[in-house]
This record gives sequence, structure tokens and C-alpha cells, in this order.
Amino acid sequence: MAFYVVQFLTGLASAASLFLVASGLSIIFGVTRIVNFAHGAFYMLGAYVAFTLTERFSGAIGFWGGVVAAALIVAALGVLVEMVLLRRIYHAPELFQLLATFGLTLMVEDLVVLIWGPSDLLGRRAPGFKGAVDFFGQNVPSYDLFLIGLGPVVLGALWLIFQRTRWGVLVRAATQDRDMVAALGVNQKWLFTSVFALGVFLAAVGGALQIPRDAVHHAMDLRIIVDVFVVVVIGGLGSIIGAFVAAVLVSELNAFGILIFPKISIILLFLVMAAVLIVRPWGLFGKPEVTARRTPGLTVNPWRPLSSKGRLAAVTALLLAATLPLFAGNYALTVGSEIAIFVIFAASLHFMMSVGGLASFGHAAYFGLGAYGVAFLAKMAGLPMITCLLLGPALALAGAALFGFFAVQLSGVYFAMLTLAFAQIVWSIAFQWVEVTGGDNGILGVWPEKWAASPSHFYWLAIGVAALAVAVLRNIVFSPFGYALRATRDSPRRSDAIGIDGKLIQWTAFVIAGTFAGIAGALFAYLKGSVFPDSLGISLSVDALVMVLLGGVETVSGAVVGAIVYKALSIFLVSQTDLSKLILGGVIVLVVIALPKGIVGVLETIRQRRRPRPEPPLLASRIGTAE
Amino acid sequence: MKLSVEGLNSYYGPAHILFDVALDVGDGEVVALLGRNGAGKSTTFRSIIGLVEQRTGRIVFEGSDVSDQPTHAIVSRGLGYVPEERRIFTDLTVDENLEVGRQPVRPGAPHWTREKLFSLFPNLGEMRGRAGGSMSGGEQQMLTIARSLMGNPSLVLLDEPSEGLAPKIVEQMVDAILTMKEAGVSMLVSEQNLHFARLICDRAYIIERGRICFSGTMRELDERPDIRDAHLAL
Repeated sequence: MAFYVVQFLTGLASAASLFLVASGLSIIFGVTRIVNFAHGAFYMLGAYVAFTLTERFSGAIGFWGGVVAAALIVAALGVLVEMVLLRRIYHAPELFQLLATFGLTLMVEDLVVLIWGPSDLLGRRAPGFKGAVDFFGQNVPSYDLFLIGLGPVVLGALWLIFQRTRWGVLVRAATQDRDMVAALGVNQKWLFTSVFALGVFLAAVGGALQIPRDAVHHAMDLRIIVDVFVVVVIGGLGSIIGAFVAAVLVSELNAFGILIFPKISIILLFLVMAAVLIVRPWGLFGKPEVTARRTPGLTVNPWRPLSSKGRLAAVTALLLAATLPLFAGNYALTVGSEIAIFVIFAASLHFMMSVGGLASFGHAAYFGLGAYGVAFLAKMAGLPMITCLLLGPALALAGAALFGFFAVQLSGVYFAMLTLAFAQIVWSIAFQWVEVTGGDNGILGVWPEKWAASPSHFYWLAIGVAALAVAVLRNIVFSPFGYALRATRDSPRRSDAIGIDGKLIQWTAFVIAGTFAGIAGALFAYLKGSVFPDSLGISLSVDALVMVLLGGVETVSGAVVGAIVYKALSIFLVSQTDLSKLILGGVIVLVVIALPKGIVGVLETIRQRRRPRPEPPLLASRIGTAE
Repeated sequence: MKLSVEGLNSYYGPAHILFDVALDVGDGEVVALLGRNGAGKSTTFRSIIGLVEQRTGRIVFEGSDVSDQPTHAIVSRGLGYVPEERRIFTDLTVDENLEVGRQPVRPGAPHWTREKLFSLFPNLGEMRGRAGGSMSGGEQQMLTIARSLMGNPSLVLLDEPSEGLAPKIVEQMVDAILTMKEAGVSMLVSEQNLHFARLICDRAYIIERGRICFSGTMRELDERPDIRDAHLAL
């Protein structure tokens, strides 16, 4: 019995940091509507800076002063980020903000390794809380008891700030209606900056307080951000109480899940999250979102099927690409195959994201499932390659059907966070279930059969499948199903009113996109001859997002161009530098700020400008209805 | 001149909404902006305080050009705005809603305190701790006006203050507006209800399809039934 109580107390202690970080994320989201992906990075920076300060200055003042100073320093950094980066993109679509803050996260990960080195750092114990309290023969660290007390204290302090100060009242008002707050003479800029500073401060305190409990390392940002996303999805974005309750819930699930399913404790978390989402899609303490105003399109170019000229150009480009083996070496062909595979992957995400309006932050899950599907079939069942390629993506299809069902119940940032959480869960299973997946060692020896083994043959196979996949997806865009999907994206209520079952349509689109991602993953397994959990990882999901954005979200086939440019660039970068994350993160941030329309979007705009276009008849009617 | 607008053109995306709108409000004056639904009244107001970003033209408030200033800067100069949709902060109490509107005392503009506002709108004083979202439409309309007055404005843009209110509440609204006028607050009031406008306004403009098509005193408007019938739905 005492053991369970101790386990419960450990869970509560972990909840403190989780609550600090999650409440910070929630507060920032409430006012700025930005889901700050970099929140995990600020948490990590808090821990690193606190580590350095507490090593430098000794004694109780050194330690506690160091923790507070670290949080202040990181908060100042947050202010800088807000003023330089976020202020430029408050009006951009949500996706861009998530992506920009993700770019920051990548940069911080590399910077942290540059400054503090790659190895784990063990921090000092907290002065005054070094011992343990005996509890029916079990030891409970007194520091844990301190953390357990801290959570409610912070909750109370935040409540007082938001209920009893003018600043708090303004923040709550801005959470509901930013424009009206400005129309009452309040300068939102500083309100936003101060809110961001408070949120980052909380995250950094959360990180700094972890140093006596855990080693400081450069992957702690992604580990916490997934838990934090789960917390805010369960608790409800924007609710501080929700963050508190959900943080306790998630921490306890983690603490006891390890006892019940030692290998795959995260399953429990998934089940609880799914249950909450079915009952209350907006979280335990959240409010149902008012039908979000759709961010107006960046371009007004209507989508059209390719003209015969365009088709000819596409076929010519494909034929040209097919001549590559005539003059290029094996390395170039392998790179070419990889690019072709990523064209499929990016096109599948583009289908879901641009056509369906469902921006997934965990699309790699289906890529990886396809790859593992092939690996299982080839290694365990010993099936021939063609059969594996055809059946392997079925695992992705199944995964997309399961997760997609829950995900499409939500929209916007909730959708993005949920897909990310799902992907991370799949990743954890692949990573932890060593008996089946080989864990970190992956599954090796998935080689293509003789007919596809030579680089040139495999290359032809890859570009053939890629061309077919892109063509099929394009055809779906201009099919009745595609129209229904786009109608649901543009106006869920109106399409509902003409009898379109929006959720079913979106779920179908999710499954289609997941299956195509699985096809890409299946080819990828054969290209590499092996499968690792990386194929399900967050960074791969984000790669796909960047490809789509780089090509242009609001284009029909920008993803193809985006995938080619981005993959070629990143293969080049990785071969040239060790700081690929830093550079990649920088590129993402730059793309978001400088190229919101993407490469193809920019090209289209230039073409549109050159061509004198007739006044669209739509315009007259818009004037009539707009006031 | 309190407020003077010249050559105001506004756009929503590619759609041109306002065409060379020009209007003035004198010191202490209450001026009506009349027009049908969709004529451009709200857009005019939103353009004046900078909520419509795509706009050109000159907006001069108390002698300084505010055309290029952000919304909060224009408002904190003493130009209050009461939106048609009211936009009460539904999660905040009456007191907290007023707190959001509070601005420092301004020389040359009447100074409003909570107590004065509660005597202007007695209903509000009885529900200070009530959440904005649980109030009736009339109470919300009073709260949104009181909230703007907390900023001690010298001019208020009132967007359709009588819309959707019960006749009895409309009477209270007339009294409140006349009290505000006595206190020295200038107002530009958009209305579809000519009777209401006649009770509170000195002059009127009529806007139709984004263009000002009449300007004159209320009496001059009454002498032109043709214009009234052509541009105002009665």
C-alpha cells in the first residue's frame, strides 16, 4: 500500500513542472492564439541556464536565486523572440505560427549542444531539500514534497493575478476579443509581449526546478512538449485550472502506467485522451470554440485542373527525370529515389492540409507505419516485394483510420496537437516494444528483390510510383469527393447545410492521405533496407510540413516542387555541416516570414500579374453583402 | 471641429466599400449617420478608428491627423467607439468590463466615474458582479456605452444604439444620450431609425452604397421627404 502512495506522490511531484509549462502554453495561447511549440525549448533553456547558474553560485541563495534568475533570463529571451519574430506573424494562419516556433525549437536544440555539449548534465540537489522523508518504510524525497506544495501555490498566484489585477482583467478581455480591447484604447502589443513573457517564465521555472530530479539533456524539450500538448488537450486550451487538473492526471497515469504496462505505458495516456475527446472535444475545462473564422486565403487564384499544355509539361518533366540513370552515378540515383519518395509523402500531406484544411503535425506516423508494415511482411512473413509494397501501406491505412477518427472531431490547433500526440505515441510504441520492432535498433535487412535492386531500377520504380500517386491525388482534388472536401474546408456549416457529412469526408481524406504516406514509407523501407523509429518521428512530420509550405499551401501541386527543393537542400546540408538543425530551423523561420505563399505560390502570383485578368463577376456581389 | 473626415475610401480585400466619404462633427454636436442595412455605416466607423486596415483618406481628430495611427492610439486620444455588435466581454463581470475601458482623465473631456455611470444606467449598478454574457440585450447595450465612457472620450462613435431594443429601453437610451450630450460629449450616431435620430441629433448625413448622398440639419431632412423615402427604409 505504502508503495502505491509513494508512487502517487512521485506522480504529483512530476505534475508540478508539467503544470507550470502547460499553464504557460495555455496563457499564451489564450491571448495570442499562438500554440507556442518553442515552449518545450524554453523549458529546456530554463534547465540549462539554471544548471550553469547553480553550479557557479553556491549555497541556498545561489540555488534558489539561480532558479529565479534563470527563469528571468529565459523570459527576457522570450520577449526578444516575441518582438522580433511573433509580432510579424500574429495575423498569419495558425499553421505558420506553429511552424515558426518549431523552427525555433530546432535552432535551440543545436545551440544547446553547442553551448553545453551533448552529454547529460547532473545538477545539484536543492539546499534544504536534500533528504528524504520516511513514509511507512518507503522514502519520499523531500524535494518532491516541496514540488507537490508548489503546484497549488502557483495555481493560486496565477488566479490572483488574473482575477485581481488590471493586467489580468485586460488579458482575460483580450482572450475573448483582441480587437475590442484595442478599440478601448489598450495597446495590445505590450499586452501580448507581457503575456508571452509570463508564459515563458513559467516554462523556464518548470525546467529550472527539474534539475535536482533529472539530468539536463538536449532532448528534454520534445519529451515535455508532447506531454504538455496532451495536458492542454485534456484540460482545455486556455484554462489554467484545466492545465492543473490534467497535469496531475497525466503525471499519475505516467506513474502508474509504468506499473501496469511497463513497456508501453503511453497506451494508457492515449486511452484516457481518446475518452476525454469523445466526451468533451474541447477538453475538461475548456470551452467549445466559437466557429473559428477561416483565415482568408493568401492567394485568390482558383484551382483548375491542368490544361493540356500543363499536362504535356508534366509528362515532359517526368520523362526528363527518367533519363537520370543515363548519365548520373549511383549516389545521385539513390538521392533521386529518396526525393521521389518524399514527393509522395509531401503530396499526401498537402492533400490533407491544403485540400482538406487539416494541418497534421504527425503525418510521419503513417509514413513510418507503412515502412514498418513492409518490414513486418518481408521479415516475418517472408512475402515477396510486390506483395509487401501493396500490403505494407495497409498498416498506415489502419493507423490513419483509427487516429483519424478521433482527430477529425477537432479542428485547427487542436487537430494539429492531437495528430502530433498520436504520432509521438506510435513512435513510443516502436521505440519501446523492442521484442516486435527491435526498438532503437530497428528492423534490418529489408532489401528489394533482384528486379528492383539496382539503383537505376529502384529509381524508376520510385519516380513511377510518385508520378502515379501525384496524378491520383490531383484527380481526387477535382472529383466530386474533392469538391465536397474543399467545401467542408471553406465553410463547414454551409456544406453541412447542403447535406455533406463533413466529418466523414474529412476522415476519408485523412485515411487517403495516411495511406499515400504509407506508400512512401513502404518504398523508403526498401530504399534504406531497414526501418527505424526515426521514420515516425516529429522531425520527419515537420519536414513534410516545410515541404508543403515551401511549395505553397494554396496551390494544387506546390508540394511536389517543395519536396524536391527541400529534400535536395537538406541532403546537401547534412553532408556539409553538423549544425543541420540550426540551419534548418533558420530556414523554416525565414520561409514563414519571407515566403508565406511558397515557391509555387509566388510563381503563380507573378504569372497572374503579368496576365491582364477580367474582373471576376464575384466581386460585384461581394460589395453588395459586405458592410 | 472635433472630427473631420475627408476622402475616406475603404476596402475589404478586393471589394471597394466606401467612396470618398467626408463628414464633420463639431464640438458638443450630435450628428446622425443614416442609411439602410449594408449602406456602409459600420464600415465608416470601423475605418475612422482604424479597425478597417485597408483605407485611404484623412481623418483629423481634435486638430491632429490620426489616419496613420493604430486603433488603440486613436481611441486613447479620446475617440470612443461603441460597436453595433456590442462585443461585451462575456466572461468578465460588469465591473471588469468597465475596467477594460478605463483610461486616464483627459483635460477638456468630461470625466466619468463608475458612480456617475451607474446613475446614468441604474440597471448596471445593480449587477456589478454579474457576468456580461448573462445580461439582456438592453443591459449589454448600456454596458457597452458605459465601457466606452470609462475612457473619458470627448467624442463617441455610437453604432446603431437602438437596434433590437424594446421601446422602453430605447427611451432610456435617448435619455442617456441626451445626458451625455449635456455633459459635453460629442457624438456621431449611426441609425436606421429616423424617429430615434430626430430625438437626439442636430444634423444628419445619409449614406447609400458607400457614398454620402445628403448632408444637412434634421429640419432640412424633414423638408425633403423625397430624399428620405429614396434612401431610408421606413
